[in-house]
Amino acid sequence: MLEVTDLHAQVVDMEDGEILKGLSLKVNPGEVHAIMGPNGSGKSTFANVLAGRTDYEVTAGDIVFEGESILEAAPDERAHKGLFLAFQYPAEIPGVRPWQFLKAALDAKHEANGEKKLSVRDFSKLFDSKVDEVKINPDLMKRSLNEGFSGGEKKRNEMLQLAILEPTLAVLDETDSGLDVDAMRIVSDAVNALRSPDRSFILVTHYNRLLHHIKPDVVHVLVDGRLVETGGPELAEEVERDGYKRFLEEHAPASA
Amino acid sequence: MTTPSKTPQTISRTTDLSEMEYKWGFVTDVDAEIAPKGLSEDTVRFISAKKNEPEWLLEWRLKAYRHWLTLQESDAEPKWAKVEYPPIDYQDMYYYSAPKSPEDGPKSMDEVDPELLEAFDKLGVPLHEREKLAGVAVDAVFDSVSVATTFADKLEELGIIFCSFNEAVQNHPELVKKYLGSVVPYTDNFFATLNSAVFSDGSFAYVPPGVKCPIELMTYFRINTEGSGQFERTLIIADKDAYVSYLEGCTAPIRRTSQLHAAVVELVALDDAEIKYSTVQNWFPGTKDGVGGVYNFVTKRGRADRNSKISWTQVETGSAITWKYPSVILRGDNSVGEFYSVALTNNHQQADTGTKMIHIGKNTKSTIVSKGISAGQGQNTYRGQVKIMPGAENSTNHTQCDSLLIGDRCGAHTVPYIEVQNPTAQLEHEASTSKVSDDQLFYLMQRGISEEEAHHMIITGWSRDVIRELPFEFAMEASQLLKVSLEGAVG
Repeated sequence: MLEVTDLHAQVVDMEDGEILKGLSLKVNPGEVHAIMGPNGSGKSTFANVLAGRTDYEVTAGDIVFEGESILEAAPDERAHKGLFLAFQYPAEIPGVRPWQFLKAALDAKHEANGEKKLSVRDFSKLFDSKVDEVKINPDLMKRSLNEGFSGGEKKRNEMLQLAILEPTLAVLDETDSGLDVDAMRIVSDAVNALRSPDRSFILVTHYNRLLHHIKPDVVHVLVDGRLVETGGPELAEEVERDGYKRFLEEHAPASA
Repeated sequence: MTTPSKTPQTISRTTDLSEMEYKWGFVTDVDAEIAPKGLSEDTVRFISAKKNEPEWLLEWRLKAYRHWLTLQESDAEPKWAKVEYPPIDYQDMYYYSAPKSPEDGPKSMDEVDPELLEAFDKLGVPLHEREKLAGVAVDAVFDSVSVATTFADKLEELGIIFCSFNEAVQNHPELVKKYLGSVVPYTDNFFATLNSAVFSDGSFAYVPPGVKCPIELMTYFRINTEGSGQFERTLIIADKDAYVSYLEGCTAPIRRTSQLHAAVVELVALDDAEIKYSTVQNWFPGTKDGVGGVYNFVTKRGRADRNSKISWTQVETGSAITWKYPSVILRGDNSVGEFYSVALTNNHQQADTGTKMIHIGKNTKSTIVSKGISAGQGQNTYRGQVKIMPGAENSTNHTQCDSLLIGDRCGAHTVPYIEVQNPTAQLEHEASTSKVSDDQLFYLMQRGISEEEAHHMIITGWSRDVIRELPFEFAMEASQLLKVSLEGAVG
């Protein structure tokens, strides 16, 4: 599914801006991986680099997705291949309705993969059923995309898009941040419902909270741009109990 | 994108500004094809004679011409707009060119410039419109003619007049005489005065009292002849308690050298009437390097009587220079004026556009929504005046001016003029300037939408408050136009 090898990445044109310093990761179909790490360890950078954000450049290493290197692929091409990023801070797009946006996104994906586009009627049915499923307030769907949505509503809207676009790999970037218990349940229910043998997830998170609701197969700890430890759910429990102190002490950047 | 089909709710005419249908026999030298280059009293007489105009109209033209001479002597060509262009030599221009016989045009779509056809494709212009716009000589039996005839009968039944300006002069001189120059007098401004002297043709509509025009009236304007100035004149009258929605479009980019286009539009909304006037303007904007293009100096104004409403909606994407301020004189109590505008400038285009809302009557209300999009080295200026006269008790205005910048070489400017002479008035002015953000683009692209489509989606979304005011088929066309006009500016 996904194989990341010795990935180095930095902010474009920034000296000493290296953030990922040799990250390697292998995700098999159907697996749920959690990447945990303290602030500034490179979690969000990794999520954005995977999705192809051009603010970052990869200076070494490779990302192979579904058997092909995607380093040269534009963000939309990666999306067509089945990569989805649930944003930590989804952008607001004035004047664009969620329905219109998602129809365009799904059409683009179908077109790129040589599949038939859904008719307006079929798409509307799908849309309505998914709106119901992720329990997002239908009134929000009459507004502009993400405009005036609360933090929780934005995250739910991300889950709606996830449910409709049905990616093979979904990366959730700090989706749990700023969520109350109910919203957390909505998000985790959506993810759990979508778990399948051909679909993988990477949950990028600071806390263990989300992992109480979504049971990961593999847990990694990210410190200073590298995955320094890999284990099962017990690793997440250790982080919850003791914080990142041990990992930071063992793997902190060499001080001057 | 599917091709929008023309709803049967629209009746359309095409007015070729340089091809004047000639039916009524000549009085003077009928053999001349083109008036001598330059502007003189003879030119004015020549035009009027060619069109077999009554004496009063010739006199009106001559008064305008003589007034224009004084304006030119006193150097009264307006210079206050934020647009730059080399001096126009008014003597180095043709003011009349003979009607082009249809036989001279292309015989079929196969003979039409492929670049033009490509543009039609991108715009989704309906097939039968393409033929008209490309100037193809078509049989009289093509689709829209019969449709138009069906509707023409219906219009006639209701007493609605919709014809070319020249036809109106011949067949309805009393209406033309009563209202011509009543909203934009021939002394109004340099370009309106010039238009009054030499106007070629245009559209005329009259809706009688109490009649709601059941279909949209539409005129496509096109410019054909090289090297001639273009001066159309439109007059629309909604009599008491009447309603009409009128669309004007020029959706064909036509390649040519810099060309002066000075039109005048007058709207008259009598008591309780409503006029909705929509424009999609796409004159040739010049090349990417700023060569050629239309200089669009247009005067548009409406007079709103008691309880009436005039609404201007415009999407301006063409022309090298746009100088245009569709305005409403709110002279009747409770009258309403609206102005919704999207102006886009790319490459070297310059637009200085906005509106004037002159509140005279009590309880008058105006709304202004202006969206300026600048890309390339485009310069986009909103210039708007809101004037509350002493008698305009309890009048309100809401103005919203938004600018969107694409790239870092373009400019957006906002110049509001607000004058309040009555303390009961309420005015609101909101303004914003923004850029298409990387976050927005990345978000849409991550969902699989291409960069170009993402820009288009963000920009049309941003312009939505204006575009939704357009009739549906025009809205589709306008949205496509925004996309085509921004090609090369994004991605």
